[in-house]
Amino acid sequence: MLSAILALGLLSGLFGLLLGWSSIRFRVERDPVVDQIDALLPQTQCGQCGYPGCRPYAEAIAAGEADINQCPPGGEAGIQALADLLGRDPKPLNTEHGVPKEKMVAIIDEQTCIGCTLCIQACPVDAILGAAKQMHTVIADECTGCELCVEPCPVDCITMVPVEQDIADWKWPYPDAGTLTTHAQHG
Amino acid sequence: MMDAARTLWQFHGGLHLPGNKAQSTAHPLAPAPLPRHLILPLHQHIGEPAEVLVKPGERVLKGQRVARPHGFVSAPVHASSSGTVVEIAERPVPHPSGLNAPCVVIETDGHDEPVPAEHAGEDFLGLDPSKLRNRIREAGIVGLGGAGFPTFIKMNPGPSRRIELLIVNGAECEPFISCDDMLMRERADEIFGGSQILLHALQAERCLIAVEDDKPAAIAALRDWLLQHPDERFEVVPIPTIYPSGGERQLIYVLTGKEVPSSGLPADIGIVCQNPGTVAAVYRAIHHGEPLISRIVTVTGDGVAQPRNLDVRIGTPFSELIAACGGYTEQVDRLIMGGPMMGFALRSDEVPVIKTTNCILAATPATLPPPAPALPCIRCGDCVDVCPADLLPQQLYWYAHAREFDKTQDYNLFDCIECGCCAYVCPSHIPLVQYYRFAKTEIWAQEKERRKADLARQRHEFRLQRLEREKRERAERLRKKKKALKTAPEGAEDPKKAAIQAALERARARKAQLAEQARRDDGQEP
Repeated sequence: MLSAILALGLLSGLFGLLLGWSSIRFRVERDPVVDQIDALLPQTQCGQCGYPGCRPYAEAIAAGEADINQCPPGGEAGIQALADLLGRDPKPLNTEHGVPKEKMVAIIDEQTCIGCTLCIQACPVDAILGAAKQMHTVIADECTGCELCVEPCPVDCITMVPVEQDIADWKWPYPDAGTLTTHAQHG
Repeated sequence: MMDAARTLWQFHGGLHLPGNKAQSTAHPLAPAPLPRHLILPLHQHIGEPAEVLVKPGERVLKGQRVARPHGFVSAPVHASSSGTVVEIAERPVPHPSGLNAPCVVIETDGHDEPVPAEHAGEDFLGLDPSKLRNRIREAGIVGLGGAGFPTFIKMNPGPSRRIELLIVNGAECEPFISCDDMLMRERADEIFGGSQILLHALQAERCLIAVEDDKPAAIAALRDWLLQHPDERFEVVPIPTIYPSGGERQLIYVLTGKEVPSSGLPADIGIVCQNPGTVAAVYRAIHHGEPLISRIVTVTGDGVAQPRNLDVRIGTPFSELIAACGGYTEQVDRLIMGGPMMGFALRSDEVPVIKTTNCILAATPATLPPPAPALPCIRCGDCVDVCPADLLPQQLYWYAHAREFDKTQDYNLFDCIECGCCAYVCPSHIPLVQYYRFAKTEIWAQEKERRKADLARQRHEFRLQRLEREKRERAERLRKKKKALKTAPEGAEDPKKAAIQAALERARARKAQLAEQARRDDGQEP
């Protein structure tokens, strides 16, 4: 009887020490959940969710302050992915934060640009090339379509244009049985 | 040459389909008329589109390079006849999307003047395999069986893989298509010649030319040639006619009983497979110095008056080929590039023949009835019975339908060869292959988005760091300045202050001088 108590007590003490040592040895600085959530967000940095960027939104979700359906650029797929990660139920996008739009990029009208750098300061991914009193131009490949540059421009020379779809980006559409254009189902 | 009874294996599933080949094999091969305009897309292959080299107004000769490869997985494009470059512009191309793509448009001059052939008639056995591959690359040769993968890369399995067997895939299992059949019947010399070159390039020992047994004329022609030019490394192997025995993995299994690993290539098990058209193109490139500028195309279906096979220059509009075959019949309703199982419908016949165009099928509702409306899946499992890739089409359908793409990949979505056997037998007429194609392109698009997002995140984080650094640097400068001011000793010469002081002195002295002058003047006045 006594030996059983001693044995169990010794084991629990041993495991307790092991756990304590592990918690110090393997400590992680940041909450890994925030990184995992951030990895699923589209990185548009647009602020439509109500937070100043994707990482603050990720932190808010992890802290339980924000819901998972506040990101329009992520769309339904994004909400589904977040729901899967966090083990919650997916819900429809909260349209108070905006609606998903087609992919767009900003373009600066070079005739009108005055070189004031206000848009450069606004761009969250530094996708605008230029300097004070020099021509500004958007690097289209790096533009995420967040639209944060449109407002600060004092001469209103920035417009959002839809990205042109070419064969390389083309996707097969979701099958709608009434409008098939390809091969026969039976001969 | 009678071979001993050869063991063949049978892959799972497959379908016996009506061949519909006799319509187009009644006439021998003939060249299609040279069109007025040749439209050459820059992207006729797997990999990066080629980069255009010519300008509008420039005269080009037949076989002259008009675009060079861009990067490693890419291929050049050559002018299919002599003429003048009209424009480099977006034109309709044969693609399921119906979108346009950049093309070099050449107005032919009718002279068909060739560029002087380099290296023609060179003894290929004396050439290093890497040199041979380079010639194949320079000639713009890509897989003519339909995929268009640059052949020189396939011919380079790398030092770690030893190739023992070359298979020439003369199966041509899809109904209606007969271009390889005609090629094997009439140009056996090019097929054997090309295979001999490839054997040397691969340093391989054996070559099997596989032909479905519904092509007795082709089998006879090939065997005849081999009888007259014996080569122990070669064997012509008739295989049972069943769709899709021409699928690379299926054919390898039939001939050898070996399975190509799911995430691997045939080269991983010592095998390379090539289409007969590709092999013939290799022969022409090495023996005649001729780049890939033409191919055999089957023009068939009950929607065209005189179906047949034609030897066509790349870039010829489909409409010209239909005209060369007697034009459309009254009931024609669809134009398909490829066959009835794996082809895709076209919106216009003004698209050009590209390197991978094997067949143009003009069909009436009698041959290809419009698809019946889809009914719900009844879980019958007929699709599973016919899948030649041993997949579970039913499960793939449920998950693709529900957009659960992770699950589709768990069921090996990317091993699907889109042969269409499952859709063919489905009693509910569900367009199964459409769901798989949809899932595949969605998954690729999502991966592309993820890569872009990762890049955007990096740029954003770098920007935040940059702003932090600028803030720090500014604070540092301010601190230094403050420090300099504080630690300056009292009464020290500040150059600015000294200059101001000196100026004030000068002004005071001047003022005193003027006042003195004024007093003296006053004193002198009475």
